[in-house]
Parts: sequence; C-alpha cells; structure tokens
Amino acid sequence: MLALFYIFIGVAIGVSFWQITRVMNLRSVIADDHDNDKQGKYFLAFTVFFYAMMIYCLLAMNVLMLPESASIEGEHDDNLFNITFWLIGIVQFIMQFLIFYFTYKYRGRKDRKAKFFADSHQLEIIWTIIPAAVLVVLIGYGLWQWNEVMDLSEEKDAVVIEVYSQQFRWDARYAGEDNTLGLGNVNYIDIDNLNTMGVDMTDPNAQDDKQVTELVLPKGRKIHFKFRSQDVLHSAYMPHFRAQMNCVPGMVTEFGFTPKYTTEEMRLNPEVMDKTNAINKIRKAKGEDPYEFDYLLLCNKICGQAHFNMQMKITVLEQDEYDKWIAARPTLAEVIKK
Amino acid sequence: MSEHHHKETFVTKYIFSQDHKMISKQFLVTGMFMGIIAVLMSMLFRLQLAWPDTSFTIVEAFLGPHQTNGIMDPDIYLALVTIHGTIMVFFVLTAGLSGTFSNLLIPLQIGARDMASGFLNMISYWLFFLSSVVMVISLFVEAGPASAGWTIYPPLSALPQAIPGSGAGMTLWLVSMAIFIASSLIGALNYIVTVLNLRTKGMHMTRLPLTMWAFFITAIIGVVSFPVLLSAALLLIFDRSFGTSFFLSDIFISGEVLHYQGGSPVLFEHLFWFLGHPEVYIVLLPALGITSEVISTNSRKPIFGYRAMILSIMAIAFLSTIVWGHHMFISGMNPFLGSVFTFTTLLIAIPSAVKAFNYLTTLWKGNLQLNPAMLFSIGLVSTFVTGGLTGLVLGDSALDINIHDTYFVVAHFHLVMGVSAIFGMYAGVYHWFPKMYGRMMNKTLGYWHFWITIICAYGVFWPMHFIGLAGLPRRYYTNTEFPMFDDLADINVVITIFALVGGVAQLIFIANFFISMYRGPKATQNPWKSNTLEWTTPVEHIHGNWPGKIPEVHRWAYDYSKRVDADDDDSDFLHGEDFVLQTTPLLEGEEAS
Repeated sequence: MLALFYIFIGVAIGVSFWQITRVMNLRSVIADDHDNDKQGKYFLAFTVFFYAMMIYCLLAMNVLMLPESASIEGEHDDNLFNITFWLIGIVQFIMQFLIFYFTYKYRGRKDRKAKFFADSHQLEIIWTIIPAAVLVVLIGYGLWQWNEVMDLSEEKDAVVIEVYSQQFRWDARYAGEDNTLGLGNVNYIDIDNLNTMGVDMTDPNAQDDKQVTELVLPKGRKIHFKFRSQDVLHSAYMPHFRAQMNCVPGMVTEFGFTPKYTTEEMRLNPEVMDKTNAINKIRKAKGEDPYEFDYLLLCNKICGQAHFNMQMKITVLEQDEYDKWIAARPTLAEVIKK
Repeated sequence: MSEHHHKETFVTKYIFSQDHKMISKQFLVTGMFMGIIAVLMSMLFRLQLAWPDTSFTIVEAFLGPHQTNGIMDPDIYLALVTIHGTIMVFFVLTAGLSGTFSNLLIPLQIGARDMASGFLNMISYWLFFLSSVVMVISLFVEAGPASAGWTIYPPLSALPQAIPGSGAGMTLWLVSMAIFIASSLIGALNYIVTVLNLRTKGMHMTRLPLTMWAFFITAIIGVVSFPVLLSAALLLIFDRSFGTSFFLSDIFISGEVLHYQGGSPVLFEHLFWFLGHPEVYIVLLPALGITSEVISTNSRKPIFGYRAMILSIMAIAFLSTIVWGHHMFISGMNPFLGSVFTFTTLLIAIPSAVKAFNYLTTLWKGNLQLNPAMLFSIGLVSTFVTGGLTGLVLGDSALDINIHDTYFVVAHFHLVMGVSAIFGMYAGVYHWFPKMYGRMMNKTLGYWHFWITIICAYGVFWPMHFIGLAGLPRRYYTNTEFPMFDDLADINVVITIFALVGGVAQLIFIANFFISMYRGPKATQNPWKSNTLEWTTPVEHIHGNWPGKIPEVHRWAYDYSKRVDADDDDSDFLHGEDFVLQTTPLLEGEEAS
C-alpha cells in the first residue's frame, strides 16, 4: 500500500514537472480574448460549485449545530444569531453572485468598450446609509442582550458557585447555607490537607462551602458563577448554555445564567436526539460505546499540553433533586484537615 | 543622482543594496521562504486534526524529538499553530506584503528616485532578515519553539513550568519580534516621509493611485500601534527574566506559590490587541490597495468612487485603533467596555461595505482582462465579502460569548485577512513581476494556481464555520476526547484534504516565479496598458528609476476608457486608446476627473 503511494507521488511529481516545462514554453503571457472568454466561463462554473457547496453545507451540517439554548438568557442569543445569520446569508448570496456574474458578463473582448463611470454620489450615499441603518438594529439588539446577560447585580436569589481552574482540571465550590463563598487565594493552597482550591479556612463564610468535581445545577434558578484560575488563563466554555468567561489568575470573573431544561429533558429534545443518533452511528461503526448527551464545560483558552482534554460534566436537575444532592455533599469544614 | 553612477560591487548591488527595487525583491523572497515554512506547518497540524491517531512518516521526519512513532506530541502541535500564526501574520503578510510592495511601488508610483532614506531602508530589510533568522533558530531549541498561541498570553507564555515552549523558544520569539518591530517601524517611517515629501511635480495627494493611499495609511497605523506591542514584549521579557509582575499575580504551579503579585494578564491582552487588531488592517489594506489598482487596470475602467475609497481607508484606519477590545469581550474586563467596543467594531462594517460595493461597481460594464492578477483580485473581493460578513456575528459581544475562540473565528479571520491578503499579494506579484524582474510570468500556470487555490481556500474555510458553530474550540490537539464532536471527524478530513492540495498547489506558483525570473519572455514597458508612473520607467532597472528628468504628472491615475463625449458610451476614446498615462497633459477643454 505504502509502496503504491510512493509510486503515485513519484508519478505525480513527474507529470507536474513535464506539464510545467511544457506550459513554460508557451510564450503568450497576457490574457487575450480567448483567455478572457475561457476564464469568464470558468467563473460561471465556479459560481455553480460555490453555491452548491454553500447550500450543501448549510443543509447537511444543520444537524451538527448546537441544539437550542439550554439557558433562558441564551434564547435571545439564538434569536439575534438567527437574525444576523439570515441577514449576512442573504447579502452573501447576492454579493457573490454579482461578483462572479459581472466577471463572466463583462469578460474582455476586442470590440467591447468599458464604460467610463468614475463616481456617483447617489450610489455612494445609498450604500453607506443602508448598511448603517441595518447596523443600528443589530447593534441595538446586541447591546440590549449583552447588558441583560452581563448584569448580575439584581439577583438576590442566585445560586453562587465558584468554578476553579488549573492545568488541566476543573473544580467547583458551592457557597453553602449562607450562599456566600469564603475567601480564596493561592497562598492558602495546602494539598496535603486537601485544601486544593486555596480557601481561607479562618473565614466564617468558608466553613459551609462545598467542593465538588462535577457541576450540578438546579433548573430554573439563576446561577451566579465566579471564576478563578490558579496558574494560567483558562476559559470556562458552556456552549449549550451560550455561556463563556475567562478564568484569570489574580482576579475573579463572573457570569450568570438560568438553566432551562434538566439534563433528562434535554436528552429528549429532538435536535439533541438527532445529533446523538448521528454520533452513535459513527461510534458504532468504530466499535465504540454509545454516547449519551450531557452538558459540558470545556476549556476554551489555550492553556498547555492537555488543553484539548480539560472538561467537566454539568448536570441540571429539578430543584428538589438538586437539594438532595447538595445536602449530601460534605462541607469544607468537614473535609479539610486543620 | 542618475548622472553619476556609483560603482556597484556584487555586495552593494545584491546584498547590502540601498536601491528600493532590490530591497523589495529581498523582502519578497524572504517572505516567500518564511511562507513555505508556515504552510508546511499548517499541513502537518492538519494531518493531526484529520487523522489524530495515525502515524505519518512525514511527521517523523520533520518533528524529530517532538513525536512518538510518527504521531506528534500535544506540545508541538501547539507550537506549530503558534509559529504558523506568527510567521503568517508578521513575516509573510506584514513584511512580505507591505515590505515588498511599499518598497517597490512607493518611489515608482509617486515619481521619486528612491526612498527618502535608502540607508534606513536597507537597515529595515536586514533587521527583518535577522528577526527571521532568530525565529527560524527558535524552531530548533530543545524544548521546542514558543507554543502559547500567536497571541502569547501570559501566564502561559511567561512560565516554562506551564508549557515547555515558554522557555528558550519563547525568549527567542520575543527577541525576534522586538527586532521585527524595529524593522517595521523604520520601514513605515520611511514610507510616510517618502509619500509626503518626494512626490513629483503635479502628483497631488488626490492624484495618488489607491495603492499609495493604502501603503501610506498602513504605514501610519503601523507607527501608531507597533510600539505598543514592543512595550508589551519588553514588559513580558521583564516578567520572564527579571521577576517583575506586570502581567502575573497569584500563581500556584508545580506545587509552589510564585512570588508574582499585583499584575494582570488582562493588561497584556489590552496591549497586545492594541497592535493586534490594527495589525489586521496592516495586513489587509495593502492587499486592498493592490486590488484597487489591478481591478481598475484590468477592467479598463476608473476605480469607482476614488474619493470614497480614500475616505473609507481613512475611516478603517481610524476605527481600527479603537476596536481592539472585541478580542476581549469575555476576558473579564468591564462589560461596559464590551458595549463600547461592540459599537465601534460594527461601525467598521460601513467603510468595508463601501469598498466592496465600489469594487463591484468597478467590474460593472468593464472590459475585463482576465489576467492571473485580475483573477486573484476578484478572488480577494469574494473572500473579503465572505469573511467580512461573519465579522458581524463575531463583533457583536452578545453573540461572541458563544463562538469566541471556536473554529468559527478561525474560519472568519483566515478568509478575511489570511486568504484575502495572500490573494492581494499574489495579485501584486503577477501584476508587477515585469517591473521587478523585467520578464513576464506564465499565465497558464497562473490560471492553474488561481483556480486550485480558491477552490481549496473555500473548501477549507467554508465548512470550518460549521464546526465552530457546533462548539468546537480552536487549538485542540484532537477532539477525540469529546464524543459530542465525533460527528465532526469527516469534515476535518475533508478540510485537511483541501488544505493539503491547496498547500501543494503553491508549488505551481513557486515554479512559475523562479523559472520566469530567468526564462520568462522579456517584458515590454507597459504590458498591462496601465496609467501609473511605474510603467514609464525603462524595463531594465537603473539606479534612480528614470534615465532623464522625473516625469511630471497632469492627471489622476484612473483615466481608463475616457470618452470624447462623457455622456455617450459609444463615442471614441478621448486619447485614442483606452488608457491615458498620468504624464499625459490634459487636452484643451478636457475636464480632469
């Protein structure tokens, strides 16, 4: 097989060499009418290829996309995305067609004279104002949504969770009964005594904090995330919730969202089922275990060798199941040796 | 100058030359060499992405100690993407593109004997050469080259404990970039001074070809923003080597707390992107300038909306310096800043749209001479539109949250600045090759080169949008650790095949380039029937460009197909032909355009 491959490469090199020498002996170097005609038609052919590819990808790859937003805040994101995508899609289809069609239509001929057309204030004004007007809408909706998502000041009832990153793992800390996180700093890290997140255990707020290795979230409650990193930049990317925030050593960053569907509900979402089925078909062909949908948190800022495998499972439960789960976790005061 | 020829030795003519035409060729060939390295790297990491667990002899051969049984290590994967990005952005598309064509065209198109300072120009090239050498050397240090991404965010880039590439490799990267920035600044200052002071009689700023406007504004952006990257690099060197804490704070790594206190990686991101974003336009504007010239010449039509084009270049340049924060929406900076940057970012769409529409109108009712340079320019308009439109998604902070750092971003910027700028560069080479080497490039090979390249470029980057929308983060060594991405494997294979074919196809260009240099048909003085001044110089290069006096300019650069009766498309050409050199005086009663 390998020998065949090398022979193929050898033949390819030989043929290219021969072709290039042959072509280099053609001394005509400036496009004449014959070239213009041919290249113009190639552009028309390319248009067909290009549109076929664009449409094929848009249709065939639809099943690959992320399912609908699993957070309430993300709904408007999906909305805004759809509006923007339709808009740029339409502009793309028109503009590309005009570029290639004009190239074909006005391909040079000896008897053709170009039109001397240097300026038109009217046209210039039209295509300055139209994009500007469209942008006002996009910017307006975008900024409104951005402020909605990023504003965490009004949430009294939010569940406070710290997401803690290091090369190459995630941990999380729940704020406990008082819903207030104890202070944290790398100087408090004491691996031997199981204080791996650097929590100040003299802080009264820290006593009832609960440290876990997988996120469990209650459905329908606002989650107020606080992010920390102990070494390099990481980014907590939760694509299903349309959520992402960098974890920066030396500072605490924040993000918030409200889970809309439990993991079980999401598994029954038609988009998720389609995607899962497609994936399982592939996995079956490779002889791998079937995949079951789970929310995930991925690292999305280059952070070193195992960046590609820095993930944490997220489970969304109904409030009562969540209450049972959280009650069963030990507090830091119980875990960390004094 | 032309009267008393200096006695030139081999060294002063070909190596330490102060002649702008020779320096431009030096930039081009060095840029091409670096480009080959960067493309080879991308082909290697594309192999890894398509077939992650497969052994490749070529990987074994190229990566030596950084692979096991023909499968590359994760660290070297990150190094490859880092160096690919660095070389492409800075060494190929900044120095290779601006360096080549600013040097070649500025004196020739404004009517000057040479750059304002030939000596500084020479220094600029040799600093660039030196920085290239340092960058290439950095590939061979034991722990591997810099591998924190081309954006080299600390702490990853500051701590060798965090990734092996942040040792000697990173030091050399920073040294190389510091030298590069010096080269770039010297070059840019020279371009600005030359354009402002050395224009020939009659060459008002409003008669400059758009290439000149593009290079001029590009140089200004460079002078404004590159020093900021230099300061970021210097502060990072301090943090790395002298224990300061500009960008580092509260770090626990390899079992110990480091001493750094009070610094912030976000500060570095601000400094980096204050260059990093204008850099996009430093790369793109020269390509757009070249395209304006090539499209107008080959359409046999004036560029549509000359003044609007200048205004939009200026608007883009101004806005480019106040949008850097759109790379940092989710960096942890104040969300209010995010709002401001969303606003300024989306504003850039307006001048960009104006440019695209103006190109389109220039094609309309033209008499298109489909030379290879023209094909690449049309290709540029196409990829610029495709890539630019997705910018509306990424520039909107609310949408950026979920696609930030995914393959959607990779697809976007590769189309809008990578492929577009490379197309502009190819257009420039095909168009001005006769000016550089006095010979013509082969058109048939040019056609092959164009068609394979554009099909592969779209084959690579169009599907890539979708794997980004599926949520796949960039800079992942492999995505096999996530079953949710299993359905993307086939697309990765398709992308890699297009990438490999596209990469190999560039050999057609290289063959064409070097063979034509020696064996191409001799060029005539004005092969494309162009209006601009460079085509009034003799084919054989002489020091000082024009044998006698520098010609005087009487009109703008775009009097193509000018008619006797301006309102009648069927009337005869005013000057008998469909082009009028800028040196031709106005006829009696002729209105200047």
